[in-house]
Amino acid sequence: MNRTQRIITGLSIGALALALVSIAVGAYTLALPDLLATLFGGGTPSDRFIVFKLRLPRVLLAMLVAVGFGLAGALFQSLLRNPLASPDIIGISGGASVAAVLSLLIFGATGLVVSLSALVGALIVAFVIYLLSWRSGMNGMRFVLIGVGIAFMAQSVIGYLITRGDVRDAQQALVWMVGGLGGASWEDVLIMVVSLVVLVPAVVLLASRLRMLQLGDDLAAGLGVAVQRSRLALIVVAVALVAIATALVGPLAFVAFVSAPIARRLVRGGGLALVPSALVAIVLVLGADFVAQHLLATGTQVPTGIVTGIVGAPYLLWLISTTNREGRAS
Amino acid sequence: MTQTVPASRTTLSLRTRRWVTLFAALGLLAVVLVLSLALGARGVEFSQIWQALFAPEAGNNDQLVIRELRLPRTIVGVLAGLSLGVAGAVMQGVTRNPLADPGLLGVNAGASLAVVFAISVLSISNPTGYIWFAFAGAAAAASIVYAIGSLGREGATPVKLVLAGTAVTAGITSMISLVLISDADTLNTYRFWSVGSLASRNLDAVQIVIGFVMIGAVLAITSGRMLNLVALGDDLARGLGQRIHVARAIAAGAVVLLCGSATALAGPIVFVGLVVPHIVRPFTGPDYRWIIAVSAVVGPSLLLVADIVGRLVVAPSELEAGLVVALIGAPVMIALVRRVKLAGL
Repeated sequence: MNRTQRIITGLSIGALALALVSIAVGAYTLALPDLLATLFGGGTPSDRFIVFKLRLPRVLLAMLVAVGFGLAGALFQSLLRNPLASPDIIGISGGASVAAVLSLLIFGATGLVVSLSALVGALIVAFVIYLLSWRSGMNGMRFVLIGVGIAFMAQSVIGYLITRGDVRDAQQALVWMVGGLGGASWEDVLIMVVSLVVLVPAVVLLASRLRMLQLGDDLAAGLGVAVQRSRLALIVVAVALVAIATALVGPLAFVAFVSAPIARRLVRGGGLALVPSALVAIVLVLGADFVAQHLLATGTQVPTGIVTGIVGAPYLLWLISTTNREGRAS
Repeated sequence: MTQTVPASRTTLSLRTRRWVTLFAALGLLAVVLVLSLALGARGVEFSQIWQALFAPEAGNNDQLVIRELRLPRTIVGVLAGLSLGVAGAVMQGVTRNPLADPGLLGVNAGASLAVVFAISVLSISNPTGYIWFAFAGAAAAASIVYAIGSLGREGATPVKLVLAGTAVTAGITSMISLVLISDADTLNTYRFWSVGSLASRNLDAVQIVIGFVMIGAVLAITSGRMLNLVALGDDLARGLGQRIHVARAIAAGAVVLLCGSATALAGPIVFVGLVVPHIVRPFTGPDYRWIIAVSAVVGPSLLLVADIVGRLVVAPSELEAGLVVALIGAPVMIALVRRVKLAGL
């Protein structure tokens, strides 16, 4: 096995173990044999209720949205050739947040309506950035800079909404903007599964073109890649991934940004590291959600997005300080 | 012969263009300063401005408004805008990343965390009381980012600085959210500080930070030549005899002083540091000495225009300058980005 395969195997085992622990541990903890029996169709009715009604949807949703965030971040960062080009920074999460906070604070919306608003907000913002950055062709740096401008506008609208409203509403908006898995349901899981079934094969199909685009537009065109069309397709896929995941669980701070740089530093080979990025994201979100639920004793439910920031940041810092050769693509 | 003529013409025109840009920016700033004293919810005659500043009459309310309210916020706007504009230009030079904002060194996040601490643990609710917390938090966060970014064999490379800055910012932001989500009283005080405003900061704050701003600006200007070499890439700069670690450390020191001051004065104002160098660069070309000098003049103009707009649009109420600046600055930035060729970044 080469290094990449070893890393992928290790991350997969870690993700699986974390998933099992997350399903097993809680106010009522299942022993491993009981857990496995329940998962494979046996178990007592109460075990089945706890696993299938309460814990499994949350764990599955965590893993699925993590794939969405991790892949989207890796795609954006590679495509736009900038480690800062994650959806949080180029305004797509900001668009989702503005729409969600508007619907929460001004229209008093809840649940699915907030999710739909966030989805629409993210898509509109992405579309606007793309239109504005189009000038006889789409330039990656232009896309990023315009996205950053839009992100700051979104932030200022959010600042306005937060300072004008009642403080409890502001707090509720803040909780949404941090992102969390508390409301996970089987419908959410289904939506995310369907989305990934469509989008992941698209990523696989487009990956080889992305690899060539990374060599530079001219070289890629010379190698027979339809540069503009490929880039548009990649952006559409990445935006869809992050918009749907954000609509379901909020922006989950930092996951999209951090997963690819961590994966590339682990793999060390340069290249896209799409699979490792998705796996790193899964481990990060599952780990963060476990910490949020069980290890932070603050009385109130801590949103998962807070922990992804607190856990992800030191890990990235540690990697930065220990690797001598930085990942080429980051 | 035929080849040298156009070459010399372009050098000449670039040099002229730079001076014209600098004077145009200074002229604009002068106009903005007068407007900042004249405009607001209360209408004031222009003639009153001169009197208010140099020959104040007792009991004249217009002059009182100018001296006690508009003059302090104008001074705060000039200092904060200058600091952010210069710091932004230096950051983009140090990291060689056109997306680098002074906030990227973790300054805003560090200041915010320290202020949250001041509010929630020490129950301080007076903005002047935040100054030292903001300054200390900003400096601590920037030092951590820089120290982590410098670990490893190659020292503080641009990519490592950018990643370290974003990681520290994200970690600190999460901690702030953790406090705010469980503590409504702190959120209630903090949210008004966090949007960034030039109002209700008094001249005591200015006296405290003005020295830091001046030292920071001098360091920034002196680092301009080094940043020009850094822009060529680490290896080439080193080959030209540039002590690259020293250059980066000086520039980072300037950013900490400037951003710490700006945040202490006006709260975490975003965007000015990011956008001002982008507005300036098309006119000055890639020479960092010029970018920094012109940014020092354009930064205050942008921030004060935002403040004036915020005073007028919802009068007699106000929108904070920190909110307005992105709403009017972002379209400008987008228009520029669309117009300019991006090869020079």
